[in-house]
Amino acid sequence: MAKLPTDIPIIVSQFGPSLHCVPPGGWEQAGEDEKMVKTHCCFCGQQCGIQLRVRSNRVVGFEPWEDFPFNRGKLCPKGVKRYMQDEHPDRLKTPLQRLEGVGYGPLSWDTALTRVVSEIQRIQNSYGRDSFSILTGASLTNEKAYLMGKFARVALQTANIDYNGRLCMVSAAAASKKVFGIDRSANPWSDIPKAKVILVAGANVAECAPITTDYLWQARDNGAKLIVLDPRMTPIARNADLFIPVRSGGDIGVFHGMMRIMIQRGWIDREYIDNYTSGFEEYARVVDRYTPEYASQIAGVPAELIVKAAEMWGPPPTSFLLHARGIEHHSKGVDNCIAAIQLVLATGRIGREGCGYAMITGQGNGQGAREQGQKCDQLPGSRDISDPAAREYVAGVWGVPEKSIPAKGLSAVPLMEAIYEGKIKGLLSICFNPTVSLPDANYVRAALEKLEFYVNIDFFLSETARYADIVLPGSLMEEDEGTTTNVEGRVIHHRKAVTPPGDAREDWKIICEIASRLGKGDKFNYASPRDIFEELRLASKGGVSDYYGITWEKIDADNGVCWPCPDPGHPGTPRLYEDKKFNHPDGRAHFHPVDWRPSAEMPDDDYPIIFTTGRVVSHFLSGTQTRRIGALIDQYPQPRCEMHPRLAQKLGIADDDFVKVESRRGSVVVRALIVKTIRPDTVFVPYHWPLGRSANNITIRAIDPVSNIPEYKICAVRVSKTEPPADTISQLGVEAGGVR
Amino acid sequence: MSERMFFIDYSRCIGCESCVQACAECDTHRGTSMIHLEVIQRRESVQTAPQVCMHCEDPICARVCPADAIKKTPDGVVQSSLKPRCIGCSNCVIACPFGVPKYQAEIDQMMKCDMCYDRSSVGKKPMCATVCPSGALTFTTMEEIQRTRRGIPINSWKFGAEQVRTKVYVMVPRTVEQVSVERVQLAPTPAPLPADPYDVALMLEEKK
Repeated sequence: MAKLPTDIPIIVSQFGPSLHCVPPGGWEQAGEDEKMVKTHCCFCGQQCGIQLRVRSNRVVGFEPWEDFPFNRGKLCPKGVKRYMQDEHPDRLKTPLQRLEGVGYGPLSWDTALTRVVSEIQRIQNSYGRDSFSILTGASLTNEKAYLMGKFARVALQTANIDYNGRLCMVSAAAASKKVFGIDRSANPWSDIPKAKVILVAGANVAECAPITTDYLWQARDNGAKLIVLDPRMTPIARNADLFIPVRSGGDIGVFHGMMRIMIQRGWIDREYIDNYTSGFEEYARVVDRYTPEYASQIAGVPAELIVKAAEMWGPPPTSFLLHARGIEHHSKGVDNCIAAIQLVLATGRIGREGCGYAMITGQGNGQGAREQGQKCDQLPGSRDISDPAAREYVAGVWGVPEKSIPAKGLSAVPLMEAIYEGKIKGLLSICFNPTVSLPDANYVRAALEKLEFYVNIDFFLSETARYADIVLPGSLMEEDEGTTTNVEGRVIHHRKAVTPPGDAREDWKIICEIASRLGKGDKFNYASPRDIFEELRLASKGGVSDYYGITWEKIDADNGVCWPCPDPGHPGTPRLYEDKKFNHPDGRAHFHPVDWRPSAEMPDDDYPIIFTTGRVVSHFLSGTQTRRIGALIDQYPQPRCEMHPRLAQKLGIADDDFVKVESRRGSVVVRALIVKTIRPDTVFVPYHWPLGRSANNITIRAIDPVSNIPEYKICAVRVSKTEPPADTISQLGVEAGGVR
Repeated sequence: MSERMFFIDYSRCIGCESCVQACAECDTHRGTSMIHLEVIQRRESVQTAPQVCMHCEDPICARVCPADAIKKTPDGVVQSSLKPRCIGCSNCVIACPFGVPKYQAEIDQMMKCDMCYDRSSVGKKPMCATVCPSGALTFTTMEEIQRTRRGIPINSWKFGAEQVRTKVYVMVPRTVEQVSVERVQLAPTPAPLPADPYDVALMLEEKK
């Protein structure tokens, strides 16, 4: 069916989002904590250490974990209030089935799973194996990510599994693989304060990776210069030595413009380029066209800013590049990243203390979840699914014939298009809220309605779960045990604080049970997540992301272990490329002659303004968790449209006015926030909210040809003042998509 | 180890409100935040500034309290008003040069930052300075702050004729010895600061 069973306000009244504001037992509760569990935040890729306070199998608060070296007790507001997702009134505690005209009603696990299995079998028997698809997430532990990939290839034998890291890390991943042969940040964070110049490209560090701010400021206190590229003056840009308010999509103008100057002035390492790289001359020929004037046109900033950036970046002995979604969320996201990291490679400032680069992972397991084989094109160990040797090896670990492993499937956006086109009829999703997080949300909602059967596993009834036929109550991070791999490539240990409430189950148990009912129980016979990790170690052995030498004991003893760690005696690899050897067959790093090209949709007469999206500090991704926490909603209740006073004046818009932001695909009505800290040709709306407040109603369904990342960061819109909205959705609480 | 002290570095603040959220989680004032995060002028800039109680050596709030409700502990921490004594007159609210005490009408009492006394009195860091991700709020030793920061910590203030020394330090450029506030200036800041230092539109104009 996969249609909304009833009106959204009725579903919201039953399942939220509603706000949780007071810890269980109230603020004045007495009594001692029964235990304090050292674990990690469930939200972003920083994976900060945190202690959860537990009483009577309930998480009642937190305590900073000052001994964990990465964040030393520091937390962002999401981390501080994260425990408020526990004991939440919206928590799903029983399997649910869609009831037409009513909403959702409970049913037993046995009935629910019987239905799930019979629908999977019916759809696969009627339309072929690939007609049943799986969408997963990068907030899953390594164990669960591994399990989902194996479940798709072994239990369902469908090619069509992909994950929401497709919306996050894939451009960075592809670029690093093309240039260096390894998809991982090259350095530990401890290298940041040792660099003499730092370039932050398209990363709102203060709001999306707040803990990293301290590393940047340490570097500055040590005398480093800080360069920031962003269409908006973000909190770190305010105190940067050089802020370049680049036009969204114009980043290559800055990078190549800088490189041309660096080549001319001798600020590259010729010896390093000659000895350890290939392809420089071809790259340099492209770069040569990026005169300051041309670079300035592409970047949409004065040429002098690009010259200054080259003068800051070129000469110092050490440097560090940080990049994130601002340059990655483009239909040329891979090329943007390649151009950025070639600024690192051409100076030879990599593989040494204080020298290197990092991509800032967005999701909690943004790094690990893309290594364990739940991407449509990969098997565990970051192995290519089309590589015969890789297939043979993994088939051996799994005990299945190599031929039974499906070929490469569809990535997230094409997969949704195949659903829309009726080629895919069934969907199992976990840890993914595509009606809020995929671009062109009206299209996504229409696609979901075409599914014959949809089963959703989650701990809250997300906006996407409202389309499901069956909803299975899974587990929060703190209700299960496992590992994640943080932004540094450091594998860390999430400890179980409490057991899942009611009839909710650990995610891995649900998946193994479905596999068993599909007749594949012998391949999914695990007693614990640790069992899964032991198999993952073996499956990754010899791969690029080699976890074979990592054990949970070693993780606990060393506060995490960085891969590659090929054998039990190996200490792990915090810093890559120290030996100047790169992971290509020729051992060299490869320059690529990437060139700027326009974005899929540029502003025109009808839609004259650039639209861009991003995050705010108190919310996380599609908001399934953070829009349910009262203190985080209080901090940033509803999305607002940031615009420059010059644009506002032209459009006759005052601060707090309601505005309609409209693209060819859809619109939002939100309040205006008039600020001088954004380019006058650009407006910004954060994307954490659903329905009439969803920035992704506006964004374009264009993807990078290599990484398939959607182009969230630029499309064309028009903006006009409008009356306060009066439709039923706008009358809901802000956490559910209403307005204040 | 030498005594740990509280340092504020306004230039590091990113406005994330971790301090505000964490303050409400501290056992001494659960549910109510005692720290102020000032958004300076959002239209003009993203600048923000955290304000904890500065814990004056000779606290003005205590001096002006007619009910003698505000006490300083021997270790120099100025406490919230004592519930049985506070008459809710707000003298302290008006007198504090840092704008810290707030009158809470629902409990008819002044409440303010007490440096998480339950934590700091037993050797732990205050909650805000533990979680602050930018290091704008730091609880560490004088040696450590001098070793790791470009600026210098000072705790000497002048408000008109009033000299104030505080237990809490603020980081300032090396040339500054005292923060001196002669008068509150309501007109825009005159040169040499650029008229509009954070206006992105001006940054996009070619310099002639």
